[in-house]
Amino acid sequence: MKNYEETGVLTSDQFKLPTKARFERGPVAVIECVQRIPCDPCAYVCRFGAIEKRSIIDPPEIEYDKCTGCGECVSECPGLAIFIVNSNYKEDEATITMEYEFLPTPKKGEVYQALDREGKAVGEARIVAAKMKGKQTFKVTIAVKKPFAMTVRNIGKRLR
Amino acid sequence: MPQLQNPEKIDLRIWEHPILSFERGRPVHIFLEDEKLEAYLGETVAAALYASGIKVYSKSIKCGRPRGFFCGIGKCSSCLMRADGIPHTRICIEPVKDKMRLTYEENRGEIPASNVPVFEEKKISVDLVVVGGGPAGLSAAVTAANLGVDVLVVDENPKIGGQLIKQTHKFFGSKSTYAGIRGIDIAKTLLNEMQKVDTKYACETSVIGYYNGKKHLLAAVQDNRRLLEIRTDGIVVATGARENVLLFPNNDLPGIYCAGGIQTIMNVYGIRPGNDALVIGAGNVGMIVGYQLVQSGVNVKMIVEAAPKIGGYLVHASKLRRLGVPILTRHTIKRAEGKNHVEKVTIIELDENGVQIEGTEQEVDVDLVCVAVGLTPSSELLFQAGCKQVYMSELGGQVALHNEDMETTMDGIYLAGDVSGIEEANTAIMEGRIAGAKVASHYGKNKDEAVRIRKESLASLKVLRSSPFSEKVLRGKEKISELWRKTV
Repeated sequence: MKNYEETGVLTSDQFKLPTKARFERGPVAVIECVQRIPCDPCAYVCRFGAIEKRSIIDPPEIEYDKCTGCGECVSECPGLAIFIVNSNYKEDEATITMEYEFLPTPKKGEVYQALDREGKAVGEARIVAAKMKGKQTFKVTIAVKKPFAMTVRNIGKRLR
Repeated sequence: MPQLQNPEKIDLRIWEHPILSFERGRPVHIFLEDEKLEAYLGETVAAALYASGIKVYSKSIKCGRPRGFFCGIGKCSSCLMRADGIPHTRICIEPVKDKMRLTYEENRGEIPASNVPVFEEKKISVDLVVVGGGPAGLSAAVTAANLGVDVLVVDENPKIGGQLIKQTHKFFGSKSTYAGIRGIDIAKTLLNEMQKVDTKYACETSVIGYYNGKKHLLAAVQDNRRLLEIRTDGIVVATGARENVLLFPNNDLPGIYCAGGIQTIMNVYGIRPGNDALVIGAGNVGMIVGYQLVQSGVNVKMIVEAAPKIGGYLVHASKLRRLGVPILTRHTIKRAEGKNHVEKVTIIELDENGVQIEGTEQEVDVDLVCVAVGLTPSSELLFQAGCKQVYMSELGGQVALHNEDMETTMDGIYLAGDVSGIEEANTAIMEGRIAGAKVASHYGKNKDEAVRIRKESLASLKVLRSSPFSEKVLRGKEKISELWRKTV
């Protein structure tokens, strides 16, 4: 049994990460989907052919050099398992783009608790972009301190 | 949307939701005994009462224990009340009417001396009746209708779409079908497709029995006042499933509901089901409902799962974990407590043999418990019609023997979706297509296209079932095929 099957929490060593050099080049999709489940929208929607599914069951494989970090796959993934990480946002800050399905709707400039994969607060997250795609899908981009780029995966309470 | 005046009164309705918008009809008044309550047209009686904070609807006959709704979809009979004089009304699927009078039933209820509903009778003749308007039934109807079959869909719920209309999440599966689309929108798409081919459907229509005749004959009650006599060449039974209960002391307290019931109250009628919740079962259903509860502003304290590992998809579990919801594997509920409603539960750890470990009890204050411990096929109509049945634990219980074309042992009677074995919406849709295509091929209308759809859907099913999560179902389906070959 894999650890995540018991905890529901994936750790960064359990999936393929972009290289350091790729992270430094700017926005890139990080796909946190490792199980064999029947699903293919991410591969279907990628215009750059960066995401491949050998079969509908196999987990997606991403060619990070082809990925432009456009974020189309983020709002397409039914599992909300894709995040765009931009380690090159500012000298000391990285951004994470994710889908957000809760109220109140975050607005640009607001500051929230930054939460890790277990929902624990690990500092602050500033909303740098928030937009609707279609009627119901809401995408939010948050800025966090750079070392937390691969730790923060949600926002909690609004701080200011 | 106008909100009712009366700020001092309880209103548990959700007026803002991140995904859903609730269409409420005109505000009206209903009476519970002598109390005047607000309701909106389009709500069920149970939804309207719940929204006013009234969560007890009946009493058990022997012990007088309080009963709330449990299933919320007309299957469990826990919410029977007298509505406008009619006894034993399932208020969870009974729409409100202006000035409706509701009373609690004494003991077993009495047939009213007057005000007995007079049934109109109506005879219908149609090529194909689809019983159940969920993903399987609607797909079967659309497929058959597209191929020139005259179809009628009947469904006992006030709204068609089965469980799809309660799903805020985007569906997995193939982009070539409905993946990446939210369940609520898949229901709309299927309904649009049905309307395009001018297929009729009747909601609030319960099939009450199968009868002998030259053709197949079904009796159904529509809107509680019309008796339908439906003669048909083909029947697709897509009645879905009912939820399993879990044994623990006080499991009958109001506030303890099955997952689908909570989804109905919360996502169809837009009512916050509680403040603090515990979910039992970390399969996909339990985890999806857990996430949906958070979307409705409920504090989900934890999910407990008796198995050593999470049963559903990791991505569902991860969504909950990053919200801060703990998932406790090898834990179960020991008991619930509360006077007229659940107030507290005790959870306990299990050892590797599933035995409770004394001393590991924890008390959790909750006013809502979601039971998501699997489903059982709703096969009653198939059995009553005479289809041969088998018990298949891999498929959730008693199922009608069937082949890969979804044919039963009775000529012209087909099945599709959860009633043929518990799975999920994507596979239900494919089974529905297969049944619809098979029916169409019998009538000789566009046979080539029927053959093509059948082949394509069988191939899709095979792919959908190749995931490790489908191993059990696949085993069940293979056993069924084997039995079919031996029997037929």
